[in-house]
Amino acid sequence: MRKSEKQEDVRFGKFGTVSFTKTTRVNDFIDYLENGKIMASQCKTCGQIFFPPRADCCQCLSSDMQWHEVTGTGKLVSFSELKFAPIGFDNDLPYSIALLDYGDFRVFGRIDSRLDTAEVKIGMAMVTVANTLANGQRNYIFKKA
Amino acid sequence: MSKVGIIGVGQSKFVRKYPGSIRELAFEGFKEAVLDAGLTVKDISASVLCSAPEYDKQRSPAAIVAEYLGLNPQPTFYVETLCSSSSTGLKLAYSLVASGVHDVVAVIGLQKMSEISSAESQERMGRGGDIQWESPFGTMMPAYYAMYAQAHMEKYGTTLEDLAAIRVKAATYGQINDRAVYRKSVTPQMFTDPDDMMSGPVASPLRVGDCCANADGASCIIVANEEKARRFSKRPIWILGIGAASASVNLTGRDLFTGLRVAEQAAKQAYAMAGVGPKDIDVAEVHDCFTIAELMAYENLGFAKPGEGKELIRSRETYKEGRIPINVDGGLLSKGHPIGATGGSQVRTIVLQLRGEAGDMQVKNPQIGLVHNIGGVGVYGNVTILGNQ
Ligand SMILES: [Zn+2]
Repeated sequence: MRKSEKQEDVRFGKFGTVSFTKTTRVNDFIDYLENGKIMASQCKTCGQIFFPPRADCCQCLSSDMQWHEVTGTGKLVSFSELKFAPIGFDNDLPYSIALLDYGDFRVFGRIDSRLDTAEVKIGMAMVTVANTLANGQRNYIFKKA
Repeated sequence: MSKVGIIGVGQSKFVRKYPGSIRELAFEGFKEAVLDAGLTVKDISASVLCSAPEYDKQRSPAAIVAEYLGLNPQPTFYVETLCSSSSTGLKLAYSLVASGVHDVVAVIGLQKMSEISSAESQERMGRGGDIQWESPFGTMMPAYYAMYAQAHMEKYGTTLEDLAAIRVKAATYGQINDRAVYRKSVTPQMFTDPDDMMSGPVASPLRVGDCCANADGASCIIVANEEKARRFSKRPIWILGIGAASASVNLTGRDLFTGLRVAEQAAKQAYAMAGVGPKDIDVAEVHDCFTIAELMAYENLGFAKPGEGKELIRSRETYKEGRIPINVDGGLLSKGHPIGATGGSQVRTIVLQLRGEAGDMQVKNPQIGLVHNIGGVGVYGNVTILGNQ
């Protein structure tokens, strides 16, 4: 590689137990995540908030975006506990995927594995928290508010 | 708009592992449809191949299939919308014929899911959702549908027994469909017996018995303009309405978790185009990749009000003798679900029903039938209404 060539920005490869894509124009999401923050993106032109964050606004076609921190609580829309997993996720079993509704946007992720499944109820208030996985990868999890 | 008719239908047996190549598999559905239509390969002016490419080793499979079936030099198109690929192919064929661009078009659906190893298949399974933002959490198709089941049960009091009852119904007809991969009976007790495979947990609340099986299979539907339809076929079945919709892959873009918006939207379009309503449908095929998917279809298609789908199965109204017979060929749950072939197989069932040729599965004198075929977890939705008049 020539010195002048910029190194590829593969930060997104750190996202999740197994990451399937390493490059994205919202790679800064990972830096925030490593600093304990979950970020949505907001269009500076029309004000629309997006989660997951996106580099481009499909509402007004602007690419002028700013970061917007996901704070407060969301309501649990639904969830499912998996007893089988795709390749690469076996060591995480059993785990629950879930969706939280924050009103302006929704967040898809996993429920904190330390939370007793008997305590998980649709409609409950939860918070989204940055998490480091056993294999060193990063993601975020939902905890009881 | 001019009328478009279905003049030939065909389907291979759906099997666990097809002992041949994908072109040979395609031939099985194609031959039956061509013979059924009473035409020759030369009469077909274009073909549409429908499959999910992640299972194909062959790149650009439309070309190799067209070559094998003798469909050169006619143009061939490749269509993919996951599990709804072949009903999307039907919509494309409809458009090609209705516009006058082509007169007779073959829609070939196929999937040889056993083409790849089970490890490869398991790896692809994890990439069914949004690979950037969902798959890194370890997602699978059953788990997404399980989230819909969880929400439906919570909001409407649908029970695990209701879901099991849908599987029991599917198996009732799978036993009499010689094209189905699962030919055995299923009882409600199997779902409560911890030693029975059916009761095994997959993704809460769904169990093994709530999920359809992978299969290898092919289907073929031949459509024609009105003139050719009347020339070749004694009993053309007409496409009365054809609706399609899409939705966000990522669940964050969804606003409904007790039903599928794509199904509601596609149904609305199809009903409006056909000038009929849910009460006019005499027989239907719905996309029961999971038991909950069939229950939601009852509601999304207007056969039951939201939340009341469970009443239809409890009262056995969706059995062959009921008010609205649904999946009386065993559905995906018993027939198996060879992704790209599924929609074509559903269409074939309804065409045979409307012709009165469905054998042991025949419902009494149906005039109008409906096909509901969903790609992904409500990412793509196609609803097609067929009639024999
Ligand atoms: Zn904007």
